[in-house]
Amino acid sequence: MIGFQTLFYKEILRFWKVATQTITAPILTALLYLLIFGHVLDRHVQVYAGVQYTAFLIPGLVMMSVLQNSFANASSSLMQSKITGNLVFILLPPLSYWELFGAYVLAAIVRGLVVGLGVFIFTAWFADLSFVAPLWIILFSLLGAAILGTMGLIAGIWAEKFDQLAAFQNFLIMPATFLSGVFYSIHSLPPVWLTVSRFNPFFYMIDGFRYGFFGQSDVEPLHSLLIVLAFFLVLAGVGLNLLKRGYKLRG
Amino acid sequence: MAAIQITDIKKSYGALQALDGVSLSIEPGEFFGLLGPNGAGKTTLISIIAGLIRSSSGTVKVMGHDVQSDYRAARGQLGVVPQELVFDPFFTVRETLRMQLGYYGLKRNDDWIDEIMANLDLTNKADTNMRALSGGMKRRVLVAQALVHKPPVIVLDEPTAGVDVELRQTLWKFIGRLNREGHTVVLTTHYLEEAQALCSRIAMLKGGKVVALDTTNALLKQVAGSQLKLRLSGAPMPASLKSIQIPLESIYTSLRINHNDEIEPILASLRQSGCVIDELQLQQADLEDVFIQIMGGVAQ
Repeated sequence: MIGFQTLFYKEILRFWKVATQTITAPILTALLYLLIFGHVLDRHVQVYAGVQYTAFLIPGLVMMSVLQNSFANASSSLMQSKITGNLVFILLPPLSYWELFGAYVLAAIVRGLVVGLGVFIFTAWFADLSFVAPLWIILFSLLGAAILGTMGLIAGIWAEKFDQLAAFQNFLIMPATFLSGVFYSIHSLPPVWLTVSRFNPFFYMIDGFRYGFFGQSDVEPLHSLLIVLAFFLVLAGVGLNLLKRGYKLRG
Repeated sequence: MAAIQITDIKKSYGALQALDGVSLSIEPGEFFGLLGPNGAGKTTLISIIAGLIRSSSGTVKVMGHDVQSDYRAARGQLGVVPQELVFDPFFTVRETLRMQLGYYGLKRNDDWIDEIMANLDLTNKADTNMRALSGGMKRRVLVAQALVHKPPVIVLDEPTAGVDVELRQTLWKFIGRLNREGHTVVLTTHYLEEAQALCSRIAMLKGGKVVALDTTNALLKQVAGSQLKLRLSGAPMPASLKSIQIPLESIYTSLRINHNDEIEPILASLRQSGCVIDELQLQQADLEDVFIQIMGGVAQ
């Protein structure tokens, strides 16, 4: 247990020591999205009845920040350790694959939630937000961060150079988050894209998260929760299996 | 029970057979040398012992624990100083050592960390970021990281490659003390005089196989007695001396002798055949001679 705690603490300390890059910068980015899209669209778009567009947008931006930063934390930590060779300090001690998984994913969740909370604090001033079902907010943000933390872990294990990691991030994570309904309701999409969106697990994370605020969603929140939970369990299984086998970590 | 029991270890990378059936038993308390030219498989073997890579076949046990099936117990008994100069740029020396201790599942022990730092002359760098340290200082931290959990078995993979005399002396003083206190030490090095001075027993690897395994004294005896090194001019060396010549690429002609009373007849025979002796040295055999002989005349 001390091994897990230490690695978890190290992972927290790692991003905390470069907080400008890992916390402040993503908060500012989300704030810019809000200012620009909110300014342009607030008077023209209403997704849910009685909900201002800016208010609709805020939970989407919060969740997007949670997801992207959870992914970035696990993936870049592992990748840097692999490239610089200091991963050996973690591979030599008797850390079990459960401890490795738990520490990396939990630290990713913390980073995601810290950034998400920061985005929320700075954006909440711009609209009247309601909190219809706070438990759903907590559940979906935790699960979303855990999923992306696990994806970051898998990507960090798999990628052999920063180029491959960037590809994973730009061709998979970014499109999946942007096309998940952060900025719109998928019901406003043409039928083909509506169907495509239903196969995007990110959509369920954001839709369920938003339900916690407005009590309105594109899909029944319990339905979303089950999909998101199943997705996490599959990814966790993959991640744990890779660590257990030492895939690309132990020759 | 052996400190490290290696049984018929094989490791191949595609067509390359990096290790080809290595078996070794390193006893508790030994100071053991693992020598061999570059590419002989030393680091591969150490990586298998440390669980950093997996063997294709065979078993390794550290203090009786299999490094695969009982990996947590095995790794807890082992401290490894890796060959590469790696460090985590986010942390100070003290943070690095505290965390390494924690990874081994041990509670914070600042007294021991302070003692290690004092012994490796790191005390005044304790709160310096790893990035700001010189290469030699980073090497010291690597050694400290390997010792932080007081492992009974310590493996050092070329710890003195490219480090100055001062660090070498500091390091060997500290490692020597740990060895006297009962820690088993396994060392790979390219400095053969270092191995000769420190190691009680030595294995030599070549092409992934153990080609020699004996006490350092016994290995030195294999190269009988001494060497007579001569720089000759005038006539070629008489054929009668060819049988005792050591084949070396050198301006010196080296002859193997068992006793000093063999010197006079050799000099007489050289004089008779018209050789002029420009220079003469008498050298005790050292580990380098053994190494060169065993590796087939190929210097490292």
